[in-house]
Amino acid sequence: MSKKGRFSWYYFSSPQSFYPLAGTLQPWFAALAAVLCAVGLYISFFVAPTDAQQGESYRIIFIHVPAAWMSMFLYLVMGFWSGVGLVLNTRLSSMVATALAPTGALFTFIALWTGALWGKPTWGTWWVWDARLTSELILLFLYIGFMALQAAIDDQRRADKAGAVLALVGVINIPIIYFSVKWWSTLHQGASVSMTSAPTMAKTMLLGMLIMALGFWMYSIAATLARVRCVILERERHTDWVAAEIGGQT
Amino acid sequence: MKPRHKRFVLVGAGVAGLALSAGLVLSAFQKNLVFFYTPTQVAANEAPVGKSFRIGGLVEKGSVKREADGVSVKFVVTDTAKSIPVVYRGILPDLFKEGKGVVTQGKIGPDGTFSADEVLAKHDENYMPPAAQDALNQATAKKAAESMAVAEKGK
Amino acid sequence: MNWGSWQNFFAMGGYGLYVWGSYAVTLIVLIAEIVALTTRRRGVIAQLAKYYAARRRNDETKT
Repeated sequence: MSKKGRFSWYYFSSPQSFYPLAGTLQPWFAALAAVLCAVGLYISFFVAPTDAQQGESYRIIFIHVPAAWMSMFLYLVMGFWSGVGLVLNTRLSSMVATALAPTGALFTFIALWTGALWGKPTWGTWWVWDARLTSELILLFLYIGFMALQAAIDDQRRADKAGAVLALVGVINIPIIYFSVKWWSTLHQGASVSMTSAPTMAKTMLLGMLIMALGFWMYSIAATLARVRCVILERERHTDWVAAEIGGQT
Repeated sequence: MKPRHKRFVLVGAGVAGLALSAGLVLSAFQKNLVFFYTPTQVAANEAPVGKSFRIGGLVEKGSVKREADGVSVKFVVTDTAKSIPVVYRGILPDLFKEGKGVVTQGKIGPDGTFSADEVLAKHDENYMPPAAQDALNQATAKKAAESMAVAEKGK
Repeated sequence: MNWGSWQNFFAMGGYGLYVWGSYAVTLIVLIAEIVALTTRRRGVIAQLAKYYAARRRNDETKT
């Protein structure tokens, strides 16, 4: 909190004051993630009924859909902070974008992996090059490209700028992924949960999926906060406050 | 590895990744934006001629016939307006059912029969327990019967 | 959902390999990320501590 006791965004936009805040919040998000995932898994396996069409294989949905949502959502958040960093030249925004990428890439991988294991028994194939699956694969390459590009450039400011441009260009892929099942003929089915119509799932199934999604969300926040703390230490090692934090003295 | 070499490798990996994704976008959007053609489109000669392509639709009710050899199967793909007979040798996915969605790849023969080398099930986005599905089916059947009765009266 | 027995639970109606393959890999990936983050934090702190110690020694020899 700021000296006046009023919450100030400017105060927390400096890495020095965000570092301890992230450290305080991180365990709470981690604990929330653990509780939500435990409850979500219980509902997914012991409360939600068998599906009439797919039998038990549909239970992959409880991680597939939340992971796919997170893969897209984290990219949007990464694009947002990249844009803020590019426009306002704030160091912390770029650090947050950098910290988001690995977690986003992991959720993209999980979405693709669980999708393959779900597609084999239901559709009859691990993989098809339809618009939904292909655009999700491109999302994985975008995350990897962002990380590789940042790692390749030694000058931190230039690395952040190049990464931000790539991240922002890649944002166009998100609506393509989301609407691909509507715009084109795909093997992938349409959305069961959307903002425009009632969900097409039984209530307990939907509940399990939403709680798992919340759990993944909290996990993403916890992982990102933990990573951004590492990034802050690495990048701010020449400052007095990091020296005081780690070395005990300046 | 010297930092310069490391950087070179990383930039190379980045460029390769971007080129690969750009290539995938282009090929996917050229060829596969239309992942399948409907029987109506095939009837209108919109599907590629002499090449392998996919057709998608519903498996017509009562059309699935398994041959004596146990691996060959015949069925009809329909979009309710037009329909195409399909022959296929191989394993069908679990969700392949009459009245359900299907996407199949193959070539169309001179007699209009589609000989498939891959059959994929396309399921819908509805998830419900079997009891609810039964209730829904019964309700639909009842509604259909009622509308039939109304139609009969109107005659 | 009542599975009756653990055997039924693990079989997942014949889809055990697919369902558990999905859940196992997800778990492994998330745990790997947590381990990687913990290791990274320890590494950064150890590296910085060494860096500051060297800098301090340097300052002392100068004065």
